[in-house]
Amino acid sequence: MVPRPFKVKEIIRESHDTVTLDLQPEKPEKEPGFAPGQFNMLYTFGVGEVPISISGSSSGADSYLHTIRDVGKVTHALASLKRGQKVGLRGPFGNAWPIEQAKSRDVVIMAGGIGLAPLRPALYALLSQRDQYGNISLLYGSRTREDLLFHHEFETWKGKYGVQVKVSVDTADRDWKGNVGVVTTLIHRVSFDPSNCIAMICGPEIMMRFSAMELVQAGLEEDKIYMTMERNMKCAVGFCGHCQFGPAFICKDGPVFSYDRIKPFISTREI
Amino acid sequence: MKTLESVLIKHPFFENLEDSYLNLMTGCAKNIKFDAGQFIYRQDEEANQFYIIRQGKVALEICPPGKTPVTVQTVNEGEILGWAWLVPPYRWRFDARATELTRAIALDGKCLRKKCEEDKNLGYELLKRLLPVIGRTMEATRLQLVDVYGKRD
Ligand SMILES: Cc1cc2nc3c(=O)[nH]c(=O)nc-3n(C[C@H](O)[C@H](O)[C@H](O)COP(=O)(O)OP(=O)(O)OC[C@H]3O[C@@H](n4cnc5c(N)ncnc54)[C@H](O)[C@@H]3O)c2cc1C
Repeated sequence: MVPRPFKVKEIIRESHDTVTLDLQPEKPEKEPGFAPGQFNMLYTFGVGEVPISISGSSSGADSYLHTIRDVGKVTHALASLKRGQKVGLRGPFGNAWPIEQAKSRDVVIMAGGIGLAPLRPALYALLSQRDQYGNISLLYGSRTREDLLFHHEFETWKGKYGVQVKVSVDTADRDWKGNVGVVTTLIHRVSFDPSNCIAMICGPEIMMRFSAMELVQAGLEEDKIYMTMERNMKCAVGFCGHCQFGPAFICKDGPVFSYDRIKPFISTREI
Repeated sequence: MKTLESVLIKHPFFENLEDSYLNLMTGCAKNIKFDAGQFIYRQDEEANQFYIIRQGKVALEICPPGKTPVTVQTVNEGEILGWAWLVPPYRWRFDARATELTRAIALDGKCLRKKCEEDKNLGYELLKRLLPVIGRTMEATRLQLVDVYGKRD
């Protein structure tokens, strides 16, 4: 599968190390569309290719929004792109968050750091049919307030859609009026019916593991908790084995898995 | 007193506590209010109370010399604030500051310490309830220490 040429239509600086790129196809073709949770392989010429989740689409266009944190070679090249520059794109790949399955239930979304990016399309999907879901909560943890993504949307999510938005940072100065502490401490601060609830978690693996354990303690069943796994990826279509995780390939069986399925592997050091 | 007891009885901290102990604890409890910005206790002061936060938010702060204070944890509605009252040398290690109007129930730790010495069963009941609070704080601190959101090596 060869990359299709895309160009950077818009750049949104989200934080000191994170940008959102609005990518549009060079040739105006009908794009296949995407499901919340899916990712694209983004290729910067001469540098390399990495998997990046779709964080939304700009209205009306066959475009993809990708929110990228600059952590290394390829993500740095992507985060440094200027408007009008080109990238190669393959995808969308992977499975989706359980949006249908969550109907008539409460939904708890837990995000850590850049993990809010893959979850934003899920939240958009829930809000586009708000009356089909019960209580919706967003519990978001980040290192500092400066690292918070999409914070300009929190008020709309709260005010217009009644989402219980709770944010916590690891440390803060006195100007921060919100919570300080790990994201798991927020679970007890929102209301949901654990017997009729779906949880979706995305963030660093340690954060996801502790969040899942806390949700189970709060009464959720393991098969009602979903999370995305991240591993280095090459082909993205299940051939090369780079992203094997236990018996599964993250690219084609994931990246979204239910907790009961991946629990034996998530805390295993070697995997 | 009636209202205090009815609040305490509903709080998970007091779940399944014998009536006589609940009465005793109610006798050691009082309602208290802190304005936004007010300190509830300061580092190195004697720790003679603990609090059940009923409304509001409390920041636990540490102030590195010559720097601005850093908040390391917030304690919210329904949570327990403070355990240094039960462990020698009975001194607070951090500053606790209400970040907004905060209402709490203050429990007289000095009196409870004495009662716990006299009645080890009460002491054990209290420890069983405080240990999860301490454990959760420790677990959270460890997670903060690993800097989960930082870049990987
Ligand atoms: C399915 C999937 C979806 C993803 N979605 C997104 C997304 O939406 N946005 C996004 O920014 N990233 C996302 N990632 C992660 C992204 O693919 C990696 O950050 C990227 O591959 C790193 O490549 P690099 O060349 O920039 O860094 P490298 O040069 O490979 O690594 C440089 C340094 O960064 C560290 N590092 C690598 N990956 C990460 C990471 N994820 N977090 C922290 N440190 C890391 C490495 O350990 C190394 O120390 C996703 C990954 C997967 C598998």
